[in-house]
Formats: sequence, structure tokens, C-alpha cells
Amino acid sequence: MRQMLAVLTVVATLIGLWYLACIPMNMQGVLVEAERAGAEVSPPDAAVRREMGGVSLALRNGFAVPATWAQERPRLPAPHQVAVELWDTTVMKKITSKRSLVYHGWVTLSATLLGFGIGTVLGVLLAVGIVHSRVMDMSVMPWAIVSQTIPIIALAPMIIVVLYSVGVQGIIPKAVISAYLSFFPVVVGMVKGLRSPDAMQLDLLRTYSASKGETFWKLRLPASMPYLFASLKIGIAASLVGAIVGELPTGAVSGLGARLLAGSYYGQTVQIWSALFGAAILAACLVGLLGLIEKTVLKRMGMA
Amino acid sequence: MTLVAFALVLWGFGWWLNTRLAEGPRSGTRAIRLAIPLIFGATILVVWELVVRGLEVPLVILPAPSLIAARVAGSLPILWADFVQTFVKGALSGYLIGCGAAFLMAVAVDRSEFLRLGLLPVGNFVAALPIVGTAPILVMWFGFDWQSKAAVVVVMVFFPMLVNTVAGLRETTAMQRDLMETYAASYWQSFFKLRLPAAMPFIFNGLKISTTLALIGAIVAEFFGSPTLGMGFRISTSVGQLALDMVWAEIVVAALAGTLFYGLVALIEHHVTFWHPSQRR
Repeated sequence: MRQMLAVLTVVATLIGLWYLACIPMNMQGVLVEAERAGAEVSPPDAAVRREMGGVSLALRNGFAVPATWAQERPRLPAPHQVAVELWDTTVMKKITSKRSLVYHGWVTLSATLLGFGIGTVLGVLLAVGIVHSRVMDMSVMPWAIVSQTIPIIALAPMIIVVLYSVGVQGIIPKAVISAYLSFFPVVVGMVKGLRSPDAMQLDLLRTYSASKGETFWKLRLPASMPYLFASLKIGIAASLVGAIVGELPTGAVSGLGARLLAGSYYGQTVQIWSALFGAAILAACLVGLLGLIEKTVLKRMGMA
Repeated sequence: MTLVAFALVLWGFGWWLNTRLAEGPRSGTRAIRLAIPLIFGATILVVWELVVRGLEVPLVILPAPSLIAARVAGSLPILWADFVQTFVKGALSGYLIGCGAAFLMAVAVDRSEFLRLGLLPVGNFVAALPIVGTAPILVMWFGFDWQSKAAVVVVMVFFPMLVNTVAGLRETTAMQRDLMETYAASYWQSFFKLRLPAAMPFIFNGLKISTTLALIGAIVAEFFGSPTLGMGFRISTSVGQLALDMVWAEIVVAALAGTLFYGLVALIEHHVTFWHPSQRR
């Protein structure tokens, strides 16, 4: 309860700060419009105004403050403008429409999920190999750890172009990038998880004369679940980022990344912000969903 | 075709060598631990080279490692200028500002239980969001030069750093805090002598996560507009010209920069938190 209150206070403060920030950010543009509409603006000279800061302009032109929250193309759109745009582009539009954020979100989401699935399966397989083979452990694991420090996303434009030149396009290139980004967190987390049973537990299975396979299915795999879920949550967030970034370099026409790019080309700030919040909501839903699955699974396994 | 066959043989030999080393009697020694991944990496490079030459893979799909190396050696001035623009100006300044701001914020937040309760979930939530998406907005605000890249980096590293520092500052036990109390230590004395050192492993965890994020942020922000210089700019334009050897050269630089940056922070961590169990040998 107290926590709820605290979170709500913090969120409310952030939104308040956001509204305040809109005033100096948008003041210049608002004053130009107001002058064209025939209002008295101080100082009247546009060149002088351009040199002045947003705060001092706002102090001298108090009447223009409400207008900073209702501009057509503000530098910083007010929260309610973003919310209205989000509502308009999700609920009010048909989902098949090119202007619907649901449509764009689905394009990105499908690539994310496909890539995430591929990355997770490959990651788990590699982790199983690493745990069972000393050679693989010693030769692959250091590289898997090092690769986490590399900005893998720099590969994104290249992967798309290379796959395009061999005739693969559409969802696959984005999914490859997503898979690549979710792959390494899953490998590292899963190796940790499969190794988490301690010597005592392993010894017990030995006294039962369990085979390697039995040890894997009955002890290692169940014991790795908490680790797997932790890395899946990191992986899916990375996958989504990968899919969004994968849409940037090719000038894709659909997807959340394409919305960001188009918005930045045409100065449609409200569109950028709504795409950004769309992505954020999507990420939150995905991570939340995984958290829910984690809770149920671990509960049924008696671990939570 | 012979080259490809040779590559397969070499792959088998490398694997066999590693198996022998890993299952040999001295597999635990430091030299072997270092040698095995190096052999593995070298085998991959050679096999890559041989397969690309053997199958005559066009440059647009995959350049051979030798070509990439030649490109790196041949365009050092360009690569260096890009490195300075993206890493030193964009990523590093953003990293310092972002981590510093997050640290100060965390110290301020830590004084109020209420703020901490509210900020931690929000920070955790924001840390999982695709924050790179703010890049077009920040490029619009701060212009095409490195300032906008640094701004993206600040936004990206802020929340992971904040969450880790706040969590770290909570790391002391009641017993330890009571001890400081019996010494009549002031808030700042107990902060510097007890809580800050105890928080160091967490702070460095945040700093390490942020190194990768900083580089990613600086590179991706350049996809949205940059001066005619920078790693992200070079990657996106070289991809457009199908000069994939240049792209790979930039990726090599990015990989080296990322690894060294991370290694440097890890090294400092090793010296600062030498007392922590994970750092003991």
C-alpha cells in the first residue's frame, strides 16, 4: 500500500516535471505562432527572442503558457498529447490500417517473438552442450562472456543488407538480430543455472546410479528454471530493442522503429513519442508476461 | 573446393587439439585455460578465411578476415577519427555525466525511505525499456554533433546505474549501522566509511552494465543523423555503399573498444573491491 503510494507519487512528480519542461522547450515556437496571430509578444523582435532562453521568455509571456501544451508539432509534446495520440492510433483506428500503432507494433512484435524463440532455443542448446562438454565450456564460454561487452547492435545494419543480398527479407533479418541479442544472455544465465545444483545433490543422484540424461532431466533442468527466467526477461527486452533497431537502417515502412524514423524525418514529434511509448508498453507487457509465467511455473515446481 | 575441405580438416584438428588439452592432465593450469579459447578463436578465423576463398563468397556477403585486417590497417586515420567522435566524445562523456548524475541522485534518494520505495520500481521498469528509442528525439533537440549522442548515452545509463547504486547503499546490515551509531558517527562519516564501500560491488555492477549500453547508445544515435564522421555513421553509409570490409573494420574497432572499456572498469573494480568474495582468488 505504502509502496503503491510512493510509486504513484514518483510517477506524478515525473509527469509534473514533464509538463513544466514543456513550457521552456516549446516557448519559442509558441511565441512565433502567437506573433503571427497578432498577439503582443515581448520582446517583439524575433531575432532578440531567438537569443533568449526558454525560461526567461516564459516569464515575460505568461499568457502563452497554455499554448505550449497544445502545439501541433511541439519540440516536447505534453503527456496528454502523447496519450491522445496513443489512444487515437491504437483504439480508434482499424488494426489493419497503416496508421494504427497496433499494426506497427505487431510487425515489430512478430519479429521480436520469432527472434526471441530462435535465440532462446539455440542458447539453451549451447548451454546444455557447454555444461556437458569440457572442451566446449573452455573454448566457447570465454567468447560468450566477451561478446556481452561488444555493442552487437552495430552489426544490425550489416545483417540486414547481407541477408537482403542473398534474397532474404521481411521478418527474417529482424528476427536474426533479435535472436542474436537474446542468445548470449540466455547462454550465460542457463549455464549458471544448469551448474547450480550443488555437489551434495549431484552425489545423491549418483548414489541412485542415475545416468547423465536422468541427472539432466530430473535435477539440472529443474534447478536451472529461476536462472532461465531471469535471463529470459533480459533477453526479451534485448530482442525488442534488436527488432526496433533492425528496422532503422533499411528504411522499413512498417514497425515501431520505422515509426520512429519517419517521425524524426518529418518532425512529427508526437508520433515519435507515441511510438516510443508504444514500444515501452510492449516491453513492459512482454517482461510482465514472462514474470507471470515465471511465478506460475516456479510455484507449481514448489520453488517460489 | 580443396580449400573448403582443408578448412574442415583444420576445424577437426583444432577441435581435437582442444579436446586433448581440455581433458589432458594439465587442463586446469592458467596457460591452458587461456590457450583453449585462443585456439578456438584462431581456428574460426582461419576456417572463415578458407571457406570464403574456397567458395568465392562475394565481398557483399562476407569479406575474408585478411581483407578486414587489411582494411583496418589501411584506414587507421578514418577509424581513429570515428573512434574519437563516437567513443571519446559521445559515449565516454555521456557515460561520465550519466553515471555521475545517477550516483548523486541515488545518494539523495537514499536519505528518504519514501522516495526509495517509489523510485526503485520505477527505475527497474524504465531500465527494461527500449530507451534507444529516445535517440531521434534527442538528436532533434541537441543537433547532429556529439552532444546528442552523449545525451542518449546519459539517458540510457542513468536508470541501470541509479537502481544499482540505490540497491547497493542498502547493503549494510543493522548490526554494522548500529556499530557506526555507537561510534557516534555522523551521517556522512558512516556514509563514507561504511555504506559507500559496502555499495561498491553494486556500483561497479552498474558501471559495467553501463559500458556496453554507452557504446550501443552512441552508435545507434548516429543512425538518426550525425556529422560525416563517427562509427555509427560509417557503418550505415558503408552498408549503403556495400563496402562491407569497412563495416567489419568498424565492428572490430567497436568490439575492441567495448571489451577494453569493460576490462578497464573491471580492473578498477578489482582494485577497489578487493575485499569482496567474488574478487578473491
